[in-house]
Amino acid sequence: MNPLAVFDIFLLEALLSGVLLGGVLALLSLGLNLVFGVIDVVWICYAELIMLGMYGMYYLYTVYHAPIWVAAVACIVSVGILGVLLHVLVIAPLLGAAPINQLLATGGVLFFLQSAATVLFGIEFKNLGLRLPVLKVGGMFVSYSRLLAFAAALIGMVLVYLWLTRTYTGTAIRAIHPFVGLSFGPITFLICVLGSLGNFVGGFVAAFVFAEIISVGGLYLDLEWGYVFAFAFFIVMMFIRPQGLMARRS
Amino acid sequence: MLELRAVCAGYGTFQALFDVSLDVKAGEAVGVIGPNGAGKTTLMRAISGLIRPTSGSIRLEGTDLAATPSHRIVELGIAHVPESRRLFPRMTVEDNLRMGGFAPAARPKFRQQLDVVYELFPRLRERHRQLAGSMSGGEQQMCAIGRALMSAPRLLLLDEPSAGLAPVLVEQVFDLVKRIRAGGLTVLIVEQNVQQVLRVVNRAYLLKAGSIRATGSAAELLATDTIREAYLGV
Amino acid sequence: MRRAHPWIGGAALVALPFVYRSPYPLHILVIILIWSFAYTSWSVMGRFGLVSLGHGGFMGIGAYVTALAWNYGHVSPWLGVPLALVAGMVLAAVVAYPCFRFRITGHYFALVTLALSGIVLQVITATRDYTGGSLGYTPERYHGGSSLWALQFSEKTTWYLIALAVWAGGLYVWYRVDRSMLRYALEAISEDEDAAAATGIHVTAEKLKITVLSAGMTALAGALYCQYQMFISPDTVSGISVSLQMVFAVVVGGIYVSLGPTIGAVITILLAEVLRISFGTRAVGWDNLVYGVLLVLFIVFLPKGIVGSLLDLRRRVGWSSS
Repeated sequence: MNPLAVFDIFLLEALLSGVLLGGVLALLSLGLNLVFGVIDVVWICYAELIMLGMYGMYYLYTVYHAPIWVAAVACIVSVGILGVLLHVLVIAPLLGAAPINQLLATGGVLFFLQSAATVLFGIEFKNLGLRLPVLKVGGMFVSYSRLLAFAAALIGMVLVYLWLTRTYTGTAIRAIHPFVGLSFGPITFLICVLGSLGNFVGGFVAAFVFAEIISVGGLYLDLEWGYVFAFAFFIVMMFIRPQGLMARRS
Repeated sequence: MLELRAVCAGYGTFQALFDVSLDVKAGEAVGVIGPNGAGKTTLMRAISGLIRPTSGSIRLEGTDLAATPSHRIVELGIAHVPESRRLFPRMTVEDNLRMGGFAPAARPKFRQQLDVVYELFPRLRERHRQLAGSMSGGEQQMCAIGRALMSAPRLLLLDEPSAGLAPVLVEQVFDLVKRIRAGGLTVLIVEQNVQQVLRVVNRAYLLKAGSIRATGSAAELLATDTIREAYLGV
Repeated sequence: MRRAHPWIGGAALVALPFVYRSPYPLHILVIILIWSFAYTSWSVMGRFGLVSLGHGGFMGIGAYVTALAWNYGHVSPWLGVPLALVAGMVLAAVVAYPCFRFRITGHYFALVTLALSGIVLQVITATRDYTGGSLGYTPERYHGGSSLWALQFSEKTTWYLIALAVWAGGLYVWYRVDRSMLRYALEAISEDEDAAAATGIHVTAEKLKITVLSAGMTALAGALYCQYQMFISPDTVSGISVSLQMVFAVVVGGIYVSLGPTIGAVITILLAEVLRISFGTRAVGWDNLVYGVLLVLFIVFLPKGIVGSLLDLRRRVGWSSS
C-alpha cells in the first residue's frame, strides 16, 4: 500500500503543485521586483514582454525548427533588447513624472503588446510542442515544465544576487518558460508588493504562499476560488502588516 | 493648560521620547530646545495627535488628548505648524489658509479669521492668489503660521519655525512670533536655534535624547552651562 | 463666463434623438453616455490622486446585483438598482476604510483595489451556477416588450434619454464636489496627508466619503449598462481590464476637467468602433494596438489629457494676445 495514502493524496498533490506554481510565480516576480527595486517604476506590461519571449520560442523552435538552445538564447536577447527599448522610449521620459503616469504608460504598452500579439499571432493558443513528461511520484502527478520553472527560479535567485545591477537579466531569464494559458500579470505585482518591493527573498516567500493558497483553495473549491482567496489574502496582509510596506515608502 | 505626564512615544520599535513631562500655562510662551534628533518633532506630533504616545498622558485642560483623533484636537483649540512648514504647494495662499479653518466649528468664522491673519501678515493678503509653493521661505513660514491661526486656536505649536531659513529671515520669523504673542496666544515652540527662541519665550525645557534634561526661565537657562553641555555633548 | 453654453448644448443633446433616429449611431451614443458616466464616476475620486483599480469591481457589482435580484428575487430594478448601489458602496467602504485608516496610499492603494477587482471577477466566474460564469448573463425579458416596472425598453430613444440624464447627473455631482469644501480637503490630502491632518482635516473620513460616492456612481453605471444591453459578462463589466480601461480613458480625456472623462469615452469608443468596422473581422487586436500606442503618446506628451491641454493652450494664447 502506498505509504503516502495516510495523507490526503489530493491535498499533497495540490500542495506540491502549489510549490511548483510558486516557482513560476517567483520567477515572474523576480524580474519585476528588479525593475521596481532598481528604478522604482511599476511595469504593468511586464508579463507581456515574457509572452513575446514565449511567442519567439514558439516560432523559432516549432515553426522554424531552430535548435532549442539557439531559440532560447535568441529570445532572451531580443526580449532584453525590447526591454531596453521600452525603457528608453517610454520609461525614461517619464522618470520624473507622477508615478501614476508611469503606471499608465506601461499600461499602454501592455495594451499595445497584447494586441500586437493578437494581430501577429492570432488568438488561439500556440503549443510549443515541447512535450515534457509528467512525472509520477508516489501516485501524484507533477508537471515537468513547472518543475523546470521551479529550478529556473532557484537558479534565477542566485543569478540575481550575482548580477544585481543587470536589470534585464532577470527579465530575460523568465523568457524561457513556455507557460501559456493564465495571465500572471497582476498576481506578479501583488507578490512583489507582498514580499516588500525590492526584497528578493520576501518576493520569493510571497510567491510560494500565494501559490499554495491558489493551489489548495483550488483543490477544495474551484480554481477561481483559489484566486479569490489569494487576492483577499493580499488585501488583508496589506492591512495587518503595513509596516513592512511602509519601510519602502518615501 | 497643557499637561504632559511621563509621555513615551516613538515610531514602530524606535522610541523617541522617554517619560517626558511638561506644562504650558495659559498665556505663556514655552520653548523646548535641544539638538537635532532629540525628539522635538515627535513631541509636537504626539501633542497634536499625529502619533499616539505608547504610555503617559497628554491633557488639555483635563481632556485626554492621547485618546482624541487629530482633527478633534484641532477643534479643541490646538493648532500645529509642522516642521518645514508643510504647506500645500500647489494650492493658493488663500486656499492654504482656508484649509486651516476647515474644522466645522471654524468654517462660519472663515472671513473674520482671514481678516485677522491678513491684518497680522499683510504680505499674505498681497499674495493671496499666488501658489504657496512659489513663495519665498519666509513667506511660506508666514503662510504656515497663518494657516494654523485660521482655526482660532488657544494653543499654537510651532515646530522649528526657523529651519531652513536665512539668518535675516530667522529674525523676522521670531518677530512674527512676538507679534502673535502680543495677542495673548499661548505658544509652545520647539527650536534648535537657542539664542533666538529664548528671546521670545518665558520658560524653556531642554530636551536631549528623548528626555527632559533641564528646565527654567529663559534667563536661567542662558546663565547655566546646561545648554552648552547638551549641544556639545560634554 | 459662458453660462448659456451648457444649456444650449444640453437642449441640443435632448433634441437629438427626435431629429435623428438612426438606430446604430444612437446605440453608440447610449454606450458612450453610459461609459462617460462610469469614467466620470471614477474621476470624481481619481482626480485627487486616489487611483482606484477597483472600479471594475464596483461596476460588476452594480450590473450583477441588479440582474440577479431581477431573475431570482423578481425584484424590480427600481429596487434592485438602489440595492446594487448600496452593495457597491458597502464593498467600497469595507475595503477602503482600512486602506485609509492604515495610510495605504499611491501604488499600494491602486494594488489593493486591483486585488478587489480580481476578487469580484473571480467570484462572478466561480459562482457560474448562478451567474453564468464567463459565458455571461441575461436578465429575463419582461413579457417580451417594454416595461417601466422592469426598466426594460425596446425603444432606443428612451434609453438615450435615460443615459443622457444619468450622465448629466454625473457631471452635476462632479461640479458639486468641485465647489465643495470636500474638494479642498481632498486636494490638501493629496498634496500632504500629514499636514492636512495637522490642520484639522479628518483624512480618513474625507477620503471615505469620496470613495463611497464614486463607488456608488460606478455601480449605477454597471446597473444601467446591464439594463440597456440586457447581457453582461464578467469581462465586459468587471475585473481588472475594465478598471484599467476607466483609468486610461480618463487620462486620455483629461483627469482634472469635468468633461475630460466624457471626451475620453468618446475618443476611445469611437476609435474602437471605427477600427472595428474598417478592419472588419481582421481587426481583432488592431483597435487595442492603436489604442495602446495613443495612450503611451498621450501620457508622455499630453499628461493633462486632451481637454486639459487644450485649456492650457487657450490660456497661453490668451495671455500672449492680451
